[in-house]
Amino acid sequence: MADFLLELRSEEIPARMQAGARGEMEKLFRREMDAAGVSVGDLTVWSTPRRLALIARDLPTETEAVRDEAKGPPVGAPDQAVDGFCRKNGVSRETLEVREVKGRETYFAVVEKPGQAVSDLLAAAIPAIIRDFSWPKSMRWGEASLSSESLRWVRPLSGIVALLDGEVVPCIMDGLASGRETMGHRFHSDGAITIDGADDYADKLRAASVIVDHEERQNAIREGAKAAAEAAGLTLVEDEGLVVENAGLTEWPVPLLGRFDEDYLDVPPEVIQLTARVNQKYFVCEEAANDGDNRLANAFLCTANIAAADPAVVVDGNRKVLAARLSDARFFWELDQKTPLAEHAKKLERITFHEKLGTVADKVERVAKLARWLCQEGIVDGDPDLAEQAARLCKADLVTEMVGEFPELQGLMGGYYAEKEGLPQEVSDAIRDHYKPVGQGDEVPTALVTVAVSLADKLDTLVGFFISGEFPTGSKDPFALRRAVLAIIRINSLGLRFRMQKVIAEAIELHLPASEYDVESEFRAIFVEDARKFQWTNEDRVKAQEIAENLTGQMSATRANWYGGLAALPAFFADRLKVQQREAGVRHDLIDAVFALGGEDDLVRLLARVKALQAFVETENGTNLLAGYKRAANILKKEGWESSTSRHPGLDPGSRSASDDEEAGSRLRGRDDESAETLDGLGEEDPLALAGKPEFDAAFSDTQKASTKPLSYTPESAEKALIEALDAAAPKAASSVESEDFEAAMAALASLRAPIDAFFEEVTVNDPDEDKRENRLALLARFRDAVHRVADFSRIEG
Amino acid sequence: MESEVKTATHESSAGTRDPSRSFQDMILTLHDFWSANGCVILQPYDMRMGAGTFHTATTLRALGPESWNAAFVQPCRRPTDGRYGENPNRLQHYYQYQVILKPSPADIQELYLDSLKAIGVDPLKHDIRFVEDDWESPTLGAWGLGWEVWCDGMEVTQFTYFQQMGGFDCKPVAGELTYGLERLAMYIQGVDNVYDLDFNGRGVSYGEVFLENEKQMSKWNFEVADTDALFDLFAKAEAECRNALNNNVPIAAYEQAIEASHIFNLLQARGVISVQERASYMGRVRDLARSSCETYAQQMAPEWEAKFPGWSLV
Repeated sequence: MADFLLELRSEEIPARMQAGARGEMEKLFRREMDAAGVSVGDLTVWSTPRRLALIARDLPTETEAVRDEAKGPPVGAPDQAVDGFCRKNGVSRETLEVREVKGRETYFAVVEKPGQAVSDLLAAAIPAIIRDFSWPKSMRWGEASLSSESLRWVRPLSGIVALLDGEVVPCIMDGLASGRETMGHRFHSDGAITIDGADDYADKLRAASVIVDHEERQNAIREGAKAAAEAAGLTLVEDEGLVVENAGLTEWPVPLLGRFDEDYLDVPPEVIQLTARVNQKYFVCEEAANDGDNRLANAFLCTANIAAADPAVVVDGNRKVLAARLSDARFFWELDQKTPLAEHAKKLERITFHEKLGTVADKVERVAKLARWLCQEGIVDGDPDLAEQAARLCKADLVTEMVGEFPELQGLMGGYYAEKEGLPQEVSDAIRDHYKPVGQGDEVPTALVTVAVSLADKLDTLVGFFISGEFPTGSKDPFALRRAVLAIIRINSLGLRFRMQKVIAEAIELHLPASEYDVESEFRAIFVEDARKFQWTNEDRVKAQEIAENLTGQMSATRANWYGGLAALPAFFADRLKVQQREAGVRHDLIDAVFALGGEDDLVRLLARVKALQAFVETENGTNLLAGYKRAANILKKEGWESSTSRHPGLDPGSRSASDDEEAGSRLRGRDDESAETLDGLGEEDPLALAGKPEFDAAFSDTQKASTKPLSYTPESAEKALIEALDAAAPKAASSVESEDFEAAMAALASLRAPIDAFFEEVTVNDPDEDKRENRLALLARFRDAVHRVADFSRIEG
Repeated sequence: MESEVKTATHESSAGTRDPSRSFQDMILTLHDFWSANGCVILQPYDMRMGAGTFHTATTLRALGPESWNAAFVQPCRRPTDGRYGENPNRLQHYYQYQVILKPSPADIQELYLDSLKAIGVDPLKHDIRFVEDDWESPTLGAWGLGWEVWCDGMEVTQFTYFQQMGGFDCKPVAGELTYGLERLAMYIQGVDNVYDLDFNGRGVSYGEVFLENEKQMSKWNFEVADTDALFDLFAKAEAECRNALNNNVPIAAYEQAIEASHIFNLLQARGVISVQERASYMGRVRDLARSSCETYAQQMAPEWEAKFPGWSLV
């Protein structure tokens, strides 16, 4: 058994790439050894800015010899066959062995593959590892780069140490020969150092002022910074990202504490922390204030890469750089305050939000109206005046110097400036927090004025892009619309109750305001009215989609986008809801099952229903009822008794039938022709108003009729029991859903489980008597539709 | 421990220089150092430009297979950075020290660190770090990987391995070093205001040399320059660039591209280019610069290919 050390030395590797490089090093080493048949146990991989090191313990020194046998033709077979067999196995005829197989003399080829020295295998593997190393960005360098085929690496590769049990594994890569010499610290060590093997590698480097283990360096920074802060009577503001980054920038990390001028503490602490962290990679500290809270201290912690002769000199240099940055920041802070936010906001007219959605000022106008409306409608129980005021100012900080310098401070700076102006607390809070929640973990605002502005802002963005035809596709979501919907869902589920469709329609109207002088305004008015009537049913979505497709053909791209966006929104919400709820353990198929019923756009109610459904289907009653449902649905399907809900498969907006197409087309043509004078007659002309409901009701009432018709025969007892159970359960399920008592609705379904089981056990549906057969199919349809009152069970998996 | 300059030998004149007290001695010491390391010491390009990288000794010479080592000071003009002489760090006119080494030598980092030692930056007293910073100039169709070099947290040098120039792969790759002379000198001399720098080691300050220029040029850049004339000059430079290209004198064309680029910067400082127009102007400058580089490379390619059999431009 032997230990192997590989060190790849490089000019400074970017800190952010080192973790990935360690993974790459291990992956490629394992790949190469695997291919060579060398078994590899545990690996240690280390990184510094100037080297990647890998230690593999207990490698075999030789691979095992392998004996391959192949059975050939029988003795006496034509020469051609025997020669072919020899060629195939790379042996000569004389070496063939003859053995008896089932009483026949048969040729065998035996190939002995001797074991190979692992050192040789490593020598071949190292160049392959280097060549195949994948970096986020790589480059060529030096004389070899005269050819564009020269080696690419993250920065120039400067040395290879490869030792197996202390012996050099000889290889050459791009003119660089492996050996046992490496370099210590760039400044604390002079000349090359010689490595004996895997065992003395880390120690030799440590003696040359290099801590090769990145975790040890991280620890030194983490603990050293903490200790330095404590020694100064301060508390370190911990920042794991900075720990890792500084460990990636140093081979001999020395945390040093410095002080900056206390006057800079006038600048908001977030600004100080940000400039220290982003620009300089410094930690900051806190100290106990008089009121017992912690506040930012005028101290910073930098991480030097040397044990400086006089650390004070290094600290002082860093202090000056930070002072220059803070001086800039304070300049911006003071300059920005000379102009009220309302004045700053005027400059938003010059900033394009998106070419199809106008300027940021336009957006602010819409958000202000929508935020006010949300409060006036009681959707958000906030003060409409404050909500509007906050919304009008919420983007003003985008044109301030500070946010120009640090875009990540948007919102926060506006909040500070509003406070300094003496605006109401609700307003400055709303300006500060209206971007929230930004990510999964970000807190959801609860202050009512903030909620109104945040919701309005996100709805405006979402709706605007959707009705402009700018949907996220695949991995592309340039306007972060998925995040916007997720934020809307999270705000919504924090205690707001509203119909999403109503709110969306309002946002649409703000995007497409009516105007007397605009020839397009009539189309806008028609669309807005359609949007207000639009329900989150499959039928409506299909209709809207059809209209969009017809309009595309009529060169009305803008209007096609309107309808297309409207049609696509419900599914977009459903998808985000599924992703969001997955973490909470809510099954996506159950969300589909409720969503597929259509018409549900109150997300709070929808989720309550899904959760009750989940509780139910995971009981024994639920599982059996689902089995009964599927059996019934299969029989009905075979007999052509299609269900109304599964005809337009749930959330797929592309599905539709040919006859619908024609209908929608003719309606639209009619409207286009008469567009000048149809404003009055809109109610009847509206394709969406005609769409949907009737078909669903018809299908439903048909089965009702069938079941209430007196039977021409005496039903079997199980049949009768099912009829009675349905008579009791169907209205109960429906009324429970109506009153949002979903547990009761599930209980009603549960009462059907025994009767449906018994029905399938005892009753033959496919009776030779046509009347019986029809009635029993109708009964199953009634059962299916009763279940559909609660959820579309065809979408439930299992 | 005392580190020695490995490759450079200092002539006796270096003994009389004091880069820690004199701005010009710092420059002369760098000249000595890079001259001793085989560089051609050039004088500044006699045109207004935003960065030393625009110097033909950098851009055009980064193309082609021949070796090329040069060092020079390039005055840089950044009209929007002017502060009327009132900011201790920001100037509309300042100096960069450029070194270009093609192909990039294997010990280029060590050479660079030795040059720092030569001007009095001791890496055992000061924390020198190579921090990732990649460089890209869409205007020149160029990009490279490298670092910004930090001295006690301050960026003192841009260090770049050119990978592409004018849209062509650099074959071989050149190493480019750009020292920010004023901030390095402020650091070495220990002053907090650029105008307090000792220029000659005999009491003439940077402010005495440049403060009035900064005041007047800031005013001209921001308030005075005739914008109609500037628009006109931009159009003329653009036209002349095309004219030069049509007549196969790409170096002359490149000069006009530099000119157009600076005129555009002046128009920016005058605040007469809207956000929408900005992208279009930048695109026009980019076209000029790239076409000049491309034409230069294509015109030189046969000569290069003859000298270096097997080498090809693309």
